[in-house]
Amino acid sequence: MSFEVDYLALAPELVVVATLLVVLALDLVLPRPRKYWTATVAVAGTALALLPLAALAMDGTVRSMFDGSYVVDQFALVLKGLFLIAGYIVFLMSHQYIESDRYYQGEYYLLLLASMLGSMVMASSRDLIVLFVGLELTTGPLYMLAGWRKGDMKSNEAAMKYFILGVLSTAILLYGVSLLFGLTGEVSFAGIAAATAGMEAQPLLTMAVLFILAGFGFKVSAVPFHWWAPDTYEGAPTPVTAYLSVSSKAAGFVAMLLVLYLAIPSLSDIWAPMLWVLAALSMTIGNLSALRQTNIVRLLAYSSIAQAGFMMVPFAAAAVSGADLEEAFSATIIYLVVYALMNLGAFAAVIAGARTTQSGELSAWAGLGRVDARIGVMIGIFFFSLAGIPPLAGWFAKFVMFRSVILAGGTATVVLAIIAAINAVISLYYYAKVVRSVWMDEATKDLQVSAPAGSLRLALGVSVALTVLIGIYPAAVTFVTEASKVLATGG
Amino acid sequence: MTIVQFLILGAALFSIGVYGLLTRRNLVLVLLSVELMLAAVNLNMVAFESLLATTQALGQVFTVFIITIAAAEVGIGLAIVILIFRNRRSANADDMTLMRW
Repeated sequence: MSFEVDYLALAPELVVVATLLVVLALDLVLPRPRKYWTATVAVAGTALALLPLAALAMDGTVRSMFDGSYVVDQFALVLKGLFLIAGYIVFLMSHQYIESDRYYQGEYYLLLLASMLGSMVMASSRDLIVLFVGLELTTGPLYMLAGWRKGDMKSNEAAMKYFILGVLSTAILLYGVSLLFGLTGEVSFAGIAAATAGMEAQPLLTMAVLFILAGFGFKVSAVPFHWWAPDTYEGAPTPVTAYLSVSSKAAGFVAMLLVLYLAIPSLSDIWAPMLWVLAALSMTIGNLSALRQTNIVRLLAYSSIAQAGFMMVPFAAAAVSGADLEEAFSATIIYLVVYALMNLGAFAAVIAGARTTQSGELSAWAGLGRVDARIGVMIGIFFFSLAGIPPLAGWFAKFVMFRSVILAGGTATVVLAIIAAINAVISLYYYAKVVRSVWMDEATKDLQVSAPAGSLRLALGVSVALTVLIGIYPAAVTFVTEASKVLATGG
Repeated sequence: MTIVQFLILGAALFSIGVYGLLTRRNLVLVLLSVELMLAAVNLNMVAFESLLATTQALGQVFTVFIITIAAAEVGIGLAIVILIFRNRRSANADDMTLMRW
């Protein structure tokens, strides 16, 4: 047992912890008009944490701590980078929203930083205990953030629904984990993988895998475990919704893939068909429900459920057909990165647009492009990117997904690919409907243009730049594919 | 005592928890049901640990983590219940119908 601590490997997390403590202290001592400084500190700290991350990435060695429970490899670094950048963009888009609200600020950034820290810990976890702690640290603060608008009944309701479903999913996940522990006597991924490798199929094992997958299904809001998501997304403050639909979903995905890929790959006979069904249902039901939404945030909620389905496709396809999981793993990570960037952009555009429309109902958004062309163009860019239209980033994610499916081959895989293709067409319909309404329809009410603040404009600028850059020059993210293959099992 | 007895007790507790979560309308009782489910998990963990006797007492370590985090989560949950009670003068889950799909 070694207790050596590699401080450089932990530096990004330590910077986030330091930022979090500074924000907490500042919030106590600052007089109310100057509370916005906490936002500045949070943004600066997040940017600062990227420096040691870059140093670790350049260095490139795999660092393993605590008997391989905590591993810093290229895969972990890519995801930590994603969580930091997503957090950075969310801070930027929160600033004006939170300041114009009458609620407290300091705690907001404190909670978001804590959640970000949890995701970062989780990306490095290589045993079930660390994974569990990281996952709970990610979601715990988000329950409170969903209920941020204390006087708003909708926000209360969003927090309660999210909380109940969150703890329920944790309990289900843990029950599966306890069975898996009982069968293998291990908690590290490497140990579980070794113990399950030769294990015969037995009911208890199937039950353990079923419970674990159901628990993760709730966390990533995959159909049929999705019904909390639209309500929570609609009721929570919009920047929190952006964070939920990107970082929290990505964290859930990473946890699920780590367990499936590192701990129980030899049980793919059990989980592959389940994952196939989850993927097909999420895509289809997510898209069909999105078609009849009249609220733009709910529409994005269902769209994110459908996108989660697309993300599961490569992994489900490879596992069902017995193909190489590594290729599928990279395809999922690419999809996750691209989705995170364009979905954050979409939410930033919605926050900016809602300042003018004063409403989340789509009818109020008609004709927005005519009075405020810039926001209209942004909506167009992000929604078409989500639909997967070249030359925007979304096409590359879809391309990588279909490519990995074709590489996998097999009947079940082809069926899944056809379902995915049909869904890609359905999703184009509702994304395009929003853009058409924004540009073509007559305004239903008198729209007073309200310009977004500098921070929100920066968030939009960063997202647009990345979305267009990745779309035109996909090599900008393909290094992620290569890097994420350096995935150490630890232990 | 065999491991099976503990597992049956754990499964029973878990099922009671799920049942309570789905049928109870009072939010505090919903929270209690969740606690029951986590207690079932802890029982499983400890029982397996005493059966397997792993070198690092992994099952018991895991249990301590689960207990700690469950306590923190119930803190959050009760805070949200109090928030809802202040705004509505009721802690009934059936009243939460502002948003419907």
